[in-house]
Amino acid sequence: MIEPDVWGIVWLSLKVSAVAVGVCLPLAFALAWALARGRFAGKVLLDAVVHLPLVLPPVVTGWLLLLAFGPQGPAGRWLEATLGVTFMFRWTGAALAAAVMALPLMVRAMRLSIEAVDLRLEAAAMTLGASRWRVFRTITLPLALPGVVAGAVLGFARSLGEFGATITFVSNIPGETQTLPLAIYSALQVPGGEAVVTRLAVISVLLSLAALVVSEVMARRMGRGSHVL
Amino acid sequence: MSFEVAVERRLGDTVVACAFHIGGGLTALFGPSGAGKTSVLNMVAGLLRPDAGRVVVGGEVLFDSAGGVDVPVQARRAGYVFQDARLFPHLRVRENLAYGMKPEGLMTLEEAAEFLGIAHLLNRWPRSLSGGEAHRVSIGRALLSNPRFLLMDEPLTGLDRARREDVLRVIERLRDEVGLPILYVSHDRAEVERLAGTIIEM
Repeated sequence: MIEPDVWGIVWLSLKVSAVAVGVCLPLAFALAWALARGRFAGKVLLDAVVHLPLVLPPVVTGWLLLLAFGPQGPAGRWLEATLGVTFMFRWTGAALAAAVMALPLMVRAMRLSIEAVDLRLEAAAMTLGASRWRVFRTITLPLALPGVVAGAVLGFARSLGEFGATITFVSNIPGETQTLPLAIYSALQVPGGEAVVTRLAVISVLLSLAALVVSEVMARRMGRGSHVL
Repeated sequence: MSFEVAVERRLGDTVVACAFHIGGGLTALFGPSGAGKTSVLNMVAGLLRPDAGRVVVGGEVLFDSAGGVDVPVQARRAGYVFQDARLFPHLRVRENLAYGMKPEGLMTLEEAAEFLGIAHLLNRWPRSLSGGEAHRVSIGRALLSNPRFLLMDEPLTGLDRARREDVLRVIERLRDEVGLPILYVSHDRAEVERLAGTIIEM
């Protein structure tokens, strides 16, 4: 069999995951903030929609992305016309699929950390003359930050492992949309591909393990910072 | 400098209502736990909105339900010393003290630290402080924000006898040397009689 470009696959996976998390981060934080602090009608529904990719079969998520962001989809046509961004059979599509799948995990971690911030500390800062924006910048955000970072790391790890939605949405194209899990899947189809599978699988385990350790360390730091006395 | 307070607020099944008109010095709000003393401080500070009433400090209207006035917390310049100190856990003592500091303030950070006996703690983290130390830092943080008045909510809670004495002396010096009007909440009669010029029973 043809030896695949292992480092190319790893690099593509890291790129797809990094872009997915980077684009997702502000949206996830805004959603987490709304769910943690907001009081509005339809909050339960929003919560459910955000969590949908967590429980939906990934193939269904991929198919829905295809409907929305494909060349005939409303969102796809609009993005192509205004920004010139296309997703079909491109690594950007893989990043979008990874972002959608990572979103619920990121929102969850961030929401918990925002909810853990003591409102009494924010009140204290306000009596000291701090504006709402300054309270957010200097009190809320730093205290919630470990959770935000943990959420981003978890999202990154989830993105690295994304398979079902990606292969449904943007197919399995070497060098363009073939991330680590998709490359492992392809190698499994080829006679004598076990050596490649093993190498890719070991890399996957190491990357995921590293992400989880970082996330855990952040979560522990969060627990320590929130007490005053 | 005077406090003119007449506020009313429903909290669950009870109604907190309180009215007084007092001059400067240290005034104690005295009464059993649950009488709504802290709620009154919160209404003066702007953290709790009264259902109806008026809060005037030193001639400036901070809240007036009839006139539609509600000065935001940030602009009231209340030096609020909370019962639970509420130091920012991610900032060192020095940064906590400097958080609300104004250049035109009563004293510099070093002077405040000296006055409160916390100069040796400036590089420490709040979680490493004892209860009495945390309270004194909290008082310093409020003083440095250039307040027009102080609100103190049972600042001796959770302190042993020796520490209580330390903080009591600091409060007496504040009353006598700094000259800010102080609204002081306590349920301890001996403490109130020692400190307060006026006592309002709730």
